[in-house]
Amino acid sequence: MSSMDSGGYTDIENAALRARYAAVFAPRGRTGWALAAAALALLAFGLWHLGFSPGRFFSGLNRLGDFIIFMFPPDWGNPATLKRFLRSLGETVAIAFLGTLLAAIFALPLSLLAARNTTVSQFLRFFTRRSFDTLRGVDTLIWALIWINVVGLGPFAGVLAIAISDIGSLGKLFSEAIEASDERSVEGVKASGGAKLHGIRFGLLPQVAPVLIGQVLYFFESNTRSATILGIVGAGGIGLEISEMIRTLEWQKVAFLIIMILITVSVIDRLSSLLRNAIAGSKAAPI
Amino acid sequence: MTASAATPPRPSVEQLASSYAAEVAVKRRRFLIAAAVFAGLVLAAGWMAEVNLPLLFQNIHKFPSYIGRIFLLDSGPMTGRFVLNDVAGWYWGLGKWLRLLADTLLIAYVATLLGAVFAAMACFLAAGNLGASRWVCFVTRRILEFCRTVPDLVFALIFVMAFGLGPMAGVLAIAIHTAGALGKLFYEVLENVDQKPVEGLIASGASWTKTMRFAVLPQVLSNFVSYGLLRFEINVRGASVMGFVGAGGIGQDLIEAIRKYYYPDVSAILLLIIVTVFIIDLVTERVRRHFISQAA
Repeated sequence: MSSMDSGGYTDIENAALRARYAAVFAPRGRTGWALAAAALALLAFGLWHLGFSPGRFFSGLNRLGDFIIFMFPPDWGNPATLKRFLRSLGETVAIAFLGTLLAAIFALPLSLLAARNTTVSQFLRFFTRRSFDTLRGVDTLIWALIWINVVGLGPFAGVLAIAISDIGSLGKLFSEAIEASDERSVEGVKASGGAKLHGIRFGLLPQVAPVLIGQVLYFFESNTRSATILGIVGAGGIGLEISEMIRTLEWQKVAFLIIMILITVSVIDRLSSLLRNAIAGSKAAPI
Repeated sequence: MTASAATPPRPSVEQLASSYAAEVAVKRRRFLIAAAVFAGLVLAAGWMAEVNLPLLFQNIHKFPSYIGRIFLLDSGPMTGRFVLNDVAGWYWGLGKWLRLLADTLLIAYVATLLGAVFAAMACFLAAGNLGASRWVCFVTRRILEFCRTVPDLVFALIFVMAFGLGPMAGVLAIAIHTAGALGKLFYEVLENVDQKPVEGLIASGASWTKTMRFAVLPQVLSNFVSYGLLRFEINVRGASVMGFVGAGGIGQDLIEAIRKYYYPDVSAILLLIIVTVFIIDLVTERVRRHFISQAA
């Protein structure tokens, strides 16, 4: 009689199972463990190299705890500061809105050049795509610093910064959507005597418009988040107030500003997902 | 001839035309109202954001000239010439910048790993289908939402005050933001797992941890890794500007170069960042493909 293991199988059954599912029973590859060990070693080196030490960590945590206690109750100070905060919040939303709009307006024609099926020349397509990559590769904050040199400090620089970095992102997404579109409607328009532009206007755009608008709304959401930090470099919006209040240790106002950001971002998220669902025609619950 | 009595009278052409015109008018009116509201919003936003088109057109030439200027050498015998004429002079600080770039990558790596570990722990509490109570689920989700909505630079500003200047503040700031962002993606993956293996293990008497380990984890691990790698890409970009608020990495040198008008340094550092981000995009894309094909 053969022995049974904890799973209730006999040795013979076990051997049969092993033979049948060799892959499942194969000993774990050494490469997996080696990779995990290397990842952990790099983590340990990183923590050491970047100056993490228990002493520093816990004294910092202590101070952080104090800051958090100082944050309660959140407070806006006097009515004048409240008005200033609200104004910079409005500025933030305006920056995100105009920046996204401008980016979409410029990205649409450029994405036609960058899409395989609508481009006018392969060289131009390559050039446009690499330009998109470069625009995206530079962070919005860096663009903001550059635009400050052109139009001076203030929210306008923020609008232009968001616009230019999103031309890259939206252009790429738009051109991918255009490449994924159905050729038949464009061919139909051409077959009935339409020119290339007619094909784009009546065959392509109606197809891709809902997708593009959805992407633009999604970027509006994410730009509201990025617009909240543009003020840190002087490009308008609530970031200036936040960084000032943190630097002057006004923790109650910091907490109030953070709450303002949380509420605004969630309102914009809801609005945009409502709109996106309405445009996509889906009846899914807007969450 | 009785059939003709049953069919309703056909509407005249005029009737059809007028109802069509009415329909079109309704549609047109709706479109005009929407356009007017939109135009109003644009104007209001333009006023709020202090848009100044004359100023823009007057100064727009400064934009290309700035871009051009960062590619001109500003010291040495080649002053005023294109940077490629003296690459060594252009990249005079290559050693220092590469060290800072390595720091930046390390910040992104450590922060992604720490954030992913927290996200992986939190997502089991935030998923609605794996036995966590509704209350725990709700609270965990709100915490994750808070972590991802507050921008990482704001966390960094606060942490610089608490932990002092340096990369530690940057790592913690990015880690918290990552935990929030990945936590959400992770629990959405968890909620979409196939329940059959889970039920099978529960039915055979496995404990909760064993169920998670053998029924859930194998299903979600490749997705987790893929999202983690995507986040690493994003975090490299994030870490490159952490230096703007004194939280470590190459951003410190970049903002100094921009603020103090060391033009060729700006292009040198920017180019390093862009190339690094590009290479990391390529590599992580490869690795992600590998994981996704393994999962399929």
